[in-house]
Amino acid sequence: MNHIALAVRTVAAWLVTLLIVFPLIWLVLTAFKTELQAIAVPPELFFSPTLENFHEVQVRSDYLLYAKNSVVTSVLSTIIGLAIAAPAAYSMAFFRTKKTKDLLMWMLSTKMMPAVGALVPVYVMAQTAGLLDSLTGLTVVFTLSNLPIMVWMLYSGFKDIPPDILEAARMDGANVWSEFVHVIRPLATGTLASTGLLCLVLSWNEAFWSLNLSSANAGTLATLIASYSSPEGLFWAKLSCASLMAIAPIVVLGWFSQKQLVQGLTFGAVK
Amino acid sequence: MLLKASLALIFGLAAAGTACAADLVIATVNNGHMIEMQKLGHFFEQANPDIKLKWVTLEEGVLRQRVTTDIATKGGQFDVMTIGMYETPIWSKKGWLNPIQTDAAYDVDDLLPAMRNGLSQDGKLYASPFYGESSMLMYRSDLVSKAGATMPSNPTWEQVRDIAAKIHDPKNGVYGICLRGKPGWGDNMAFISTMVNTFGGQWFDMSWKPQLDSKPWKDAITFYVDVLKKYGPPGSSANSFNEILALYNAGKCGMWIDATIAASFITDPKQSKVADKVAFAQAPTAVTPKGANWLWAWALAVPAGSKNVDNAQKFVKWATSKEYIKLVAKENGWAAVPTGTRKSTYATPEFLKAAKFADAEKKAIDTANPNDSTLPKSPYVGVQFAAIPEFQSIGIAVGQQMSAALAGKVTVDQALATGQTAAEREMKKAGYYK
Amino acid sequence: MNRLLPRLLFAPAVVSLFLWMIVPLAMTLYFSTVHYNLMQPGEKSWVGLENFHYFVTDPDFGVSIVNTLLLLGSVIAITVVMGVGLALLVNEPFPGRGIVRVLLISPFFVMPTANALLWKHMMMNPIYGVLAQVWIFFGSTPVDWLTDHPLFSVIVMVAWQWLPFACLIFITSLQSLDRDQMEAAGMDGANPLQKFWFLTLPHLGRPIAVVVMIEMIFLMSVFAEIFTTTGGGPGNESTNVAFLIFKQALMNFDVGVASAGALFAVVLANIAAVFLIRMIGKNLDK
Repeated sequence: MNHIALAVRTVAAWLVTLLIVFPLIWLVLTAFKTELQAIAVPPELFFSPTLENFHEVQVRSDYLLYAKNSVVTSVLSTIIGLAIAAPAAYSMAFFRTKKTKDLLMWMLSTKMMPAVGALVPVYVMAQTAGLLDSLTGLTVVFTLSNLPIMVWMLYSGFKDIPPDILEAARMDGANVWSEFVHVIRPLATGTLASTGLLCLVLSWNEAFWSLNLSSANAGTLATLIASYSSPEGLFWAKLSCASLMAIAPIVVLGWFSQKQLVQGLTFGAVK
Repeated sequence: MLLKASLALIFGLAAAGTACAADLVIATVNNGHMIEMQKLGHFFEQANPDIKLKWVTLEEGVLRQRVTTDIATKGGQFDVMTIGMYETPIWSKKGWLNPIQTDAAYDVDDLLPAMRNGLSQDGKLYASPFYGESSMLMYRSDLVSKAGATMPSNPTWEQVRDIAAKIHDPKNGVYGICLRGKPGWGDNMAFISTMVNTFGGQWFDMSWKPQLDSKPWKDAITFYVDVLKKYGPPGSSANSFNEILALYNAGKCGMWIDATIAASFITDPKQSKVADKVAFAQAPTAVTPKGANWLWAWALAVPAGSKNVDNAQKFVKWATSKEYIKLVAKENGWAAVPTGTRKSTYATPEFLKAAKFADAEKKAIDTANPNDSTLPKSPYVGVQFAAIPEFQSIGIAVGQQMSAALAGKVTVDQALATGQTAAEREMKKAGYYK
Repeated sequence: MNRLLPRLLFAPAVVSLFLWMIVPLAMTLYFSTVHYNLMQPGEKSWVGLENFHYFVTDPDFGVSIVNTLLLLGSVIAITVVMGVGLALLVNEPFPGRGIVRVLLISPFFVMPTANALLWKHMMMNPIYGVLAQVWIFFGSTPVDWLTDHPLFSVIVMVAWQWLPFACLIFITSLQSLDRDQMEAAGMDGANPLQKFWFLTLPHLGRPIAVVVMIEMIFLMSVFAEIFTTTGGGPGNESTNVAFLIFKQALMNFDVGVASAGALFAVVLANIAAVFLIRMIGKNLDK
């Protein structure tokens, strides 16, 4: 009975996953094709791969500069964001007041203005502060954009922690800081990791503000991608290749944070 | 609190450490010729060791938004901007651009008159053309002769429709004619505007009233929808330049009317399966030859707020000079040079030999006149657009309706009526009339 | 001490968000009441509610609201339902589970513009797209997705991108599901469906609420996908409120009307939020 269930589960999971991920697989394949092969009908599954797109991307745009900018802004904004959001979520989860829900809703409402509508005000703000085309400006914008999400997710994750464990720790005489470090943090590693990962990805993919607030120096990989979608001329294989180069670092990172999620599993199931 | 202090410190440092004075920030479109320019930029840097070039390459629509936002808020982020024939008249009138300081070596008289006029105001050149294009008919000579027909060099739309019917063969994956359909003022509306022009119509009459409810519009759009429905590929209403290029290169289009730059792609054996089977004719006409083919140039301009005006001028002149064209020819061959700008290019025998399309292209550019592109007199400048700020949003609104008519979601009359309402709204709001 | 500490803890978040929100909001409020077109800088004359009137009387306005809500509702429904399903599927160990989990999350990493182009050209093109080939393989004519079903196509694209997010949150939440309780229920004779309904689903109540709220915020301003693929058309079939604002802000450069539209979008988002809170709000408090 268990073996059959396992087999069914395995097949189902793999089938669904492959279906869902198929477009991505196609993207990876296309990165190694020439432009002509990329639009062939019927689509070619087997072809001789070429590295010419990678070469082109390297030669044409400063991949390393953009990658560095992406890494710096994403990582910094995630760290700063977590540093601000975690205490906030902690206090809202464990020191509930009547105002907590309102506060949460208000935080979310700061994101309700479509970015397009706020472009000119923010552009003027950045200009006045001298932060146009700077990594600082982008980091600030990313952090503040993602802050509400982080608070929400951490709040939800913290609420999952059984209060009895906290009670026990407090009765043992732990103060707030050690409570956080020794009790909360291990239990909430899964949440912290997934929140951090989410915000990393959101900053990594943030194209609107990256494009509009940067010019020569602060462009991120999202800007790089934007420069490959051309209105006059085939770009399909090159775009796939550029996308692949843009996603690769973060997928690798995602793979590593998988272990953190697993770690969260073993602690979270303890009772 | 410590966090805020460090942030403030970073703020200060960032504000202090801006780009050094000899950095030239260039905003450009990511079309093939511009990417070449970027690759050849090191020649300029070698000749001018105190200048460093920094590139911002974006897709056309995004670039336009970016540079307009910057120049209108005086952001000062760019020293050289790549703009088109649409922006140049508008921006030069507002005083946002520095006129190009031309000298004898630059030989401004060598510029094709149509290009020069389209980018000048009061006799002063406000943007130097980097490459120019018009539109023309590109057809498969093998398919046309197999069907026993001949394509005249100045066909009418009726003739084009007949030939499309003859070569339309969807069972074998060949569609008679491929035309743009994706909504956008520079996408489907660029093409449709020329069609409307040649059917005797215009965007606005002399009192700035939109004319979408006029007979020429109705005739042109009915013809357009009909010919694409009968002889066009499926999915036309989402196709723009790139999509059709892909189709053409794969051999699926019998005819294509689009930018002359397409010719250099479809005759390139590295990306086209039908490179040696392509022939050219002028864009089809109907009631009048005026405005049947469009005029566009991507040009380099120096915004008035740049802190590097002299260096920017140097670069602009370098990139649009005869010497640059020769440089590209030396590095990549004459078939790859940016065309549509200078008379001297078309007088170079090596170029004419390498580019089969040169003749047709030059003829197309020479016959396009943004100041006289409609049968009835028009108050605006531009062949496939009207050089007024309101045009972009009118263009996309009308474009959406045309796309819907093509997709069969609304009738041609409904589409035109909705488009007319949208255009009237915008014009009234902008204060052209009450 | 008890009152002060929590306040200190969330002070940085609240203060920084307040500043970040209040300045653009104030500017937007100001701009929405004046005539301000980037192409005509100079005097900003007071026009009162005229910008709002203009935005609201756009013939596409009603349709854009309907489209926005349709997009919102569909994507949320798809991602939550499939997200829960997938999370449950991978909740027990099986060979290759780690890889599957990473793969499931990966569509989220693709940038929205690349995502849109991917779907438009590789999947949905009726001539050389993969879906067209599949249709032809089964002997029927390919569907022209973007022309005939534009909103549906956009929904598919956006749902594909957000499904991993929902999966991630649900997978993480399921880790903290009480296994002893599950086993006890099983021994008491509960079947899998009952276990799901009475134990798993309530536990997932709050994560579902979080996913719904967060997605709602992001989905209100979806526009990159629409811009790249259908251009809001054909007609206005795939125009949403964000695209309308975009037309005014970045096509017309009319900051006044765009600001009015943005405020409008905020109102709409708030209404949707209140509605959703009523439905799932109690889950937030548990």
